[in-house]
Amino acid sequence: MTPETILIGLAGVLAAAAPVMFAVMGETISERAGIINLSMNGTILLSAMGSFAVALATDSLALGFLAGAAIGALVSLIVAFASITLKISQVATGFILALLCRDLSYFLGNPIMGQTGPRLQSAPIPGLSDIPVLGKLFFSQDVMTYASFTIILLAWVYIYKTRPGLMLQGIGERPAAAFVRGASVNRLRYLYTIIGGALIGLAGPIYSLSVKAGWKGTISGLDGIGWIALSITIFGGWNPLRAAFGAYLFAILQWLGLVLQPVLPGIPSNVLQVAPFPLMILTLLLVNIGNAEWVERTLAGMPENTRRAVAKILRAMRATPPASLGVPFESD
Amino acid sequence: MQVELRHIHKHFGAVHASNDINLTIPAGSIQGILGENGAGKSTLMKALSGFIFADSGEILLDGKPVHIASPADAINHGVGMLHQDPLDFPPMKVIDNFILGRNGGLFPDRRTAAKEFKELAVQFDFSIDPDAYVDMLTVGERQQLEILRLLWLGARALILDEPTTGISLPQKEKLFATLKKLAAQGMTIIFVSHKLEDVEFLCNRVAVLRQGQLVGEMLPPFNVDKLVEMMFGKVVSFGGRYPLTPGASTLHLEHISLEDVRLQIRDVTLDVRAGEVIGLAGMEGSGQATFLQACAGLVRPVAGKLSIKGADVTGQTHHVFKHKGVAYLPAARLEQGLVPGLSLTEHFVLAEETHGIFINRDQAIRLAQDRIKTFNIKGTPVSTVESLSGGNQQRALLALLRTPLSLILLEHPTRGLDIESTMYIWSKLKERCAQDGAAIIFISADLDEVLQYSDRVLVFFTGKVSSPLDAEKVTVEQLGQLIGGKGWEAIHA
Repeated sequence: MTPETILIGLAGVLAAAAPVMFAVMGETISERAGIINLSMNGTILLSAMGSFAVALATDSLALGFLAGAAIGALVSLIVAFASITLKISQVATGFILALLCRDLSYFLGNPIMGQTGPRLQSAPIPGLSDIPVLGKLFFSQDVMTYASFTIILLAWVYIYKTRPGLMLQGIGERPAAAFVRGASVNRLRYLYTIIGGALIGLAGPIYSLSVKAGWKGTISGLDGIGWIALSITIFGGWNPLRAAFGAYLFAILQWLGLVLQPVLPGIPSNVLQVAPFPLMILTLLLVNIGNAEWVERTLAGMPENTRRAVAKILRAMRATPPASLGVPFESD
Repeated sequence: MQVELRHIHKHFGAVHASNDINLTIPAGSIQGILGENGAGKSTLMKALSGFIFADSGEILLDGKPVHIASPADAINHGVGMLHQDPLDFPPMKVIDNFILGRNGGLFPDRRTAAKEFKELAVQFDFSIDPDAYVDMLTVGERQQLEILRLLWLGARALILDEPTTGISLPQKEKLFATLKKLAAQGMTIIFVSHKLEDVEFLCNRVAVLRQGQLVGEMLPPFNVDKLVEMMFGKVVSFGGRYPLTPGASTLHLEHISLEDVRLQIRDVTLDVRAGEVIGLAGMEGSGQATFLQACAGLVRPVAGKLSIKGADVTGQTHHVFKHKGVAYLPAARLEQGLVPGLSLTEHFVLAEETHGIFINRDQAIRLAQDRIKTFNIKGTPVSTVESLSGGNQQRALLALLRTPLSLILLEHPTRGLDIESTMYIWSKLKERCAQDGAAIIFISADLDEVLQYSDRVLVFFTGKVSSPLDAEKVTVEQLGQLIGGKGWEAIHA
């Protein structure tokens, strides 16, 4: 492998991570508000199919992306209505929607299967794209990949640095306290679930109009992405920067699976293709290992200096979910 | 700010939680609101702080009638409430907690806010690091944070709900100093409590609530006996007591210490004898529930020895306790004692020793009919437990108890029951004492019940446990004072 191909490969990793990034940020925002949107896997498939259909019919990429966001917002509206207004289990609603949307996308997508439609072109940024290495990596991508960089920062700044972002943390953490501070908890939960849903919905067209252009039904290879995004959200500890790290890690693992095949002929290709999944699970385990009681017990037995150092690392890695995640709010 | 309540009424179903309350609190005063659990203190304060709306009546602030639409609206009117469990966000930073809820631009200016926070904190001699996380603070510090926040938002009247529960003595002293200072600045302080001692020390006027009504107001010097009488009402005698014939030691506690999140119980030694009834008195959350759970093997003592009928069971599971003949009836009948959705028959089947995996329906129904008759339950074998009234649920729980039992632990055995059910349940319980030689330990908020049915009484006050008092020699007034934290020196002397 030449440095050139590695660079192109890594640039590809950034682009391939874009749809996952949107889904993860959407889910992070929704869960920060206290609503688990489990429908994500189905939503991504449905919006991939739907946006491709719209782009095909109108020959407009913009309308295609808009349709993707709209589908995501619509599905999340159902999630919000069921969990906020009807106070039904978010897990049950989410699962059913995930299955329904997936099958719906396969069924409704039949007529457009295999057709070629418009595809998002890369748009190198003049000047910046000429910078060695960095230019190839970050500034020779398409619009949505640039947007995926921006969304990470936007989400992080919003959640941690702005006033409404603080309140967003508040309604997911302790809605009663947020209510006392003047938040209309349920209205805000609707809002953030729908915004999160629209972001999740954008993941679909980024696949079907760019990364894996077209709609190929069950062999589109999109089934499962939503679940991965869900686990990355948890891995990310509901923090956009950490979640972004997780999303890129997953994309790199997948890329390595492809690149390493010729290099390691002894290992069956299936193993390399599947490897990213158990690796993600292992990372999740590692990240949350500090929560386990036996770890605390083991730590207690260590010499003071080691113990303190390890405990510090574990605390930094540990992520606690918003305390009221999945719990409906009722004011007195 | 002068706070005035006029003819406040509030109903919850059949309960008249606030019954024509009239109260005027002048600016700059510290108003104590006294009353036992369920007297209507919280309802009144919730109405004033915008959590609930009174059915009728008026709230006037500085003489002007106002409509308080929500807790956030209350603070806009200058009414701030400090909740018993501070309503803050534990995983977030102090400064973020401070800022959250205050209106302003998109990007809050943390630096200025931190400066103002520190300036306010210095005034009251609080030392809280604005960059600390709230879950590292003590309850007392979280209270201080909330007080500072409410002041920053412009509160001119401050309601404090049982603020001295769960904080240390130095913090309490600091809190009281702060409140006095605020009152001197013209702030109205409303101090809701059941602790006579605190109220007596701090307040310059007291109002007492009982059963939703304002039974009286008092200015200092406070007559504590009178206050107790106002809180608990006149003593009603139930007549004859059962003579005690103490049997063998059933439960023996030796230097038992217990801990939970809020309080610590230290070094309790107690010997309970067969046939004896021990009543646990105290305001809710004073430690009696934890104590009872420890007797049931549900809470592990941090120190000390616990034995049942001479056998050491310290640190054993509830299962072992059960085998030794201990039964525990929790206060939440439907949540912890019974299984909603299952019928009476199914409950009796579940409670029996099992033989095989299939249920003999006919036998089960016969058993259920038999028990329903003996325990006088108003229901049929197929009635589900949630369809029964509270009294009948309690009877069903008693009917579920196995025989023979050596120790019965009850939490509020007759709460919410009418007199007939109460008397019936106690007659059944006393039967157990007389026939099987069972001992009973029970918690009740009803002091008359405690004195009526116990042989000895333990009083709990924020984790402090009195030595066993002879129920025949104690009066309701004395109990009321002990519960409020007064007169403890006398009983230990």
